[in-house]
Amino acid sequence: MRYWEKPFGKEKPKTICGEIHIITDRCKGCSFCIEYCPREVLELSKDFNKKGYHPPVVVKPDRCTFCGLCEMICPDFAIFVTEKEE
Amino acid sequence: MFQESRLHGEFFMQGDIACAEGALAAGCRFFGGYPITPASEIAERMAMRLPLLHGVFIQYEDEIASMSGILGASWAGMKSMTATSGPGISLMNENIGLGMMMEAPCVVVNVQRGSPSTGLPTTWGQSDMMQARWGSHGDYGSISLVPNSPQEFFDLTVTAFNFSEKYRLPVFLMADALVGHMTEKVVIPPVEELEIINRKYTNKKPEDYLAYDYGKNLIPDFAKAGDGYRYHTTGLTHDRRGYPDMSVECQEELVPRLVNKIKNNINDISLTEEYDIEGADVIVISYGITSRTVLPAITMAKKKGIKVGYLRLKTVWPFPEEKIRKLSGKVAGFIVPEMNLGQISLEVERCACNNSHVKLVPHPGGGIHKFEDVLHAIEEVVHGK
Amino acid sequence: MANNTVQIQEKSHPMEDLLRMDRMPHIWCSGCGLGSAVTTFIEGLKKAGVSYDKTAIVSGIGCTGRVAGYLRLDSYHTTHGRAIPFATGLKLANRDLTVFVVSGDGDLFAIGGNHLIHAARRNVDINVICVNNFIYGMTGGQNAPTTPLGAYSSTAPYGNYEMPFNLVGLAAAAGASYVARWTTMHARRLTDSIARAANKKGFCFIEIVSPCATVFARKNKGGTGLDLLKEFQTRAIINHDADPTQIPLSMDNEIVCGEFVNEDRPTFWENVQAGIKTRLAKFSNWEEMQSNSRKITHRKDRKYTSSRDF
Repeated sequence: MRYWEKPFGKEKPKTICGEIHIITDRCKGCSFCIEYCPREVLELSKDFNKKGYHPPVVVKPDRCTFCGLCEMICPDFAIFVTEKEE
Repeated sequence: MFQESRLHGEFFMQGDIACAEGALAAGCRFFGGYPITPASEIAERMAMRLPLLHGVFIQYEDEIASMSGILGASWAGMKSMTATSGPGISLMNENIGLGMMMEAPCVVVNVQRGSPSTGLPTTWGQSDMMQARWGSHGDYGSISLVPNSPQEFFDLTVTAFNFSEKYRLPVFLMADALVGHMTEKVVIPPVEELEIINRKYTNKKPEDYLAYDYGKNLIPDFAKAGDGYRYHTTGLTHDRRGYPDMSVECQEELVPRLVNKIKNNINDISLTEEYDIEGADVIVISYGITSRTVLPAITMAKKKGIKVGYLRLKTVWPFPEEKIRKLSGKVAGFIVPEMNLGQISLEVERCACNNSHVKLVPHPGGGIHKFEDVLHAIEEVVHGK
Repeated sequence: MANNTVQIQEKSHPMEDLLRMDRMPHIWCSGCGLGSAVTTFIEGLKKAGVSYDKTAIVSGIGCTGRVAGYLRLDSYHTTHGRAIPFATGLKLANRDLTVFVVSGDGDLFAIGGNHLIHAARRNVDINVICVNNFIYGMTGGQNAPTTPLGAYSSTAPYGNYEMPFNLVGLAAAAGASYVARWTTMHARRLTDSIARAANKKGFCFIEIVSPCATVFARKNKGGTGLDLLKEFQTRAIINHDADPTQIPLSMDNEIVCGEFVNEDRPTFWENVQAGIKTRLAKFSNWEEMQSNSRKITHRKDRKYTSSRDF
């Protein structure tokens, strides 16, 4: 097989990507989303929110695959994901 | 078979069964109960009749579940009832408080027996009267109706449902085992001729509806589960939305309203039967079966020339304070025969305010008053003691 | 349905249509698993496709009892332990409703234990979700019937000396049609479980093992809520074939999760209807059906009078 041949008209397959929205003032700093994100997209920020907690911050936005686990596991409804429009 | 099972006509019926028939005539279609002498017959009759009228009967595992269950059924829109005796009411008191706080219409029948504790299961008493008013913790308004015959047991059950629907609270029907177990003529009119009141449902849209918003009559409009109103109701002190609110202002608004919605309507709720009150020397105040057992004594006293008035309380709570206060200066005294060691007599004393003598004729329950005791009490009060 | 197609705005969380946003933020502590239980419940409801107007939720007293107050459904916050009979009355009076009971381990298995086993025995068509945090959280950390042997709580300062209940075992033995156990970490499987229970007839019971950061973790040197959840993750295994009566929970054994019972049994109401039909078929009129001891003489020919003379 000739490895350098590409099928005509076909582009690189699109991967689903998610856009993360964090409602920082609702966050209570439990870190569930950071721990359970399978792609290590989030990290604890150094800033404080209004309540004095460290909310998460997106550090690797391109790695998000829109799995939605952070949205489901957040106890404070402080993070949700929407599908990123290309 | 379903159509035929609507009753009307003349019957020779036991009191408990008349109560069950009264509930069905009023539109009750949910009964949740637990067996207890002397109220088991009500449950048995409902178990047989409710399925024929497309209703629901469930024998719960205890009285506490029964009271919770009828509150749940009430919120789903069905008129609901439970029937028990003194020990059962003691168990139900927490959830009676919940019913008062949530303002859920339902009827609780207490066929009183010898008390306290297990007491005299197969005989009667009237010693749960104060418990009917103050049983659950906290301040709330309360309605108790007391029948004295199977016919009246039927009629007052219908009235109890009407009051509970109109004023949105659990209403007590305080019979006793004697009335519950005696068999007498009961006339059941056709359903069209009975006055039936149903709860007032809100006509607001779901986005505008507040679960506990009220007008001048202090009674909020009802919305049942499944109609899209998505309200919240709780036993915690709540605001007009139904949401818990732990502030003093909220408590100051809510709890007096629960008391006042009954207090303000006492003229509508208070039912009495009076004979020979005008110009009487003494008045005998009685309720329940005692109102029939004192009649020989009253007849004898009248033969002796004493002018005896007869005041029978069909509604014991709210207590007819104004009536007693007005009468208290005009008569030498009140005789209060009751089958307990002094419960409603305390209310009479409070309202008489020392303007009239109040003589209690107690009986601990299990039997009926000897008419000599009542006669002597009448004579004592008249001849001044 | 309008509620399922809410447009996601810039700052609006997709679950807000089912939450009472005027009561946010909720009272649960940082690291509490209850918020996760609510999010998975909402996802489960969405997945089940039930009508939100016809869904009712009843809860008792306790931290989990507050769930009813935060969900925008017909919700009832009743007395301690009595959510299940209330829900039974609600469901039987309006059988179109999908009724959920969401309450804690103490509310459902201590004071409410009797009601749970009877509702399971009757197979009433309600769905019970028990959030098990092994302690009485709201009142400050007292012993619960699920507190593991040897664990510390405020009323067990020398360590708990009572064997805890195995909740799934009890529910299965009492006759529930559907029994499952998950932890709050198993978010997706829990969503599926809740969706399945919502559409299944009969008594459905789901135990959610949840971290309690403020009292249980603190009294038992469990760290933060996240540390407790990570410990659950390490100890959790999934085994749908496990016998629910043989998988109790202790301080350090495996947390066996899965859907252990999923059967079809006739519900309470179905049995009631079947019984009535059978009995009515034997009689031609209802008077004949009355038992002899309660026979009532019925005189239809007499004109009635209402008489109350004495």
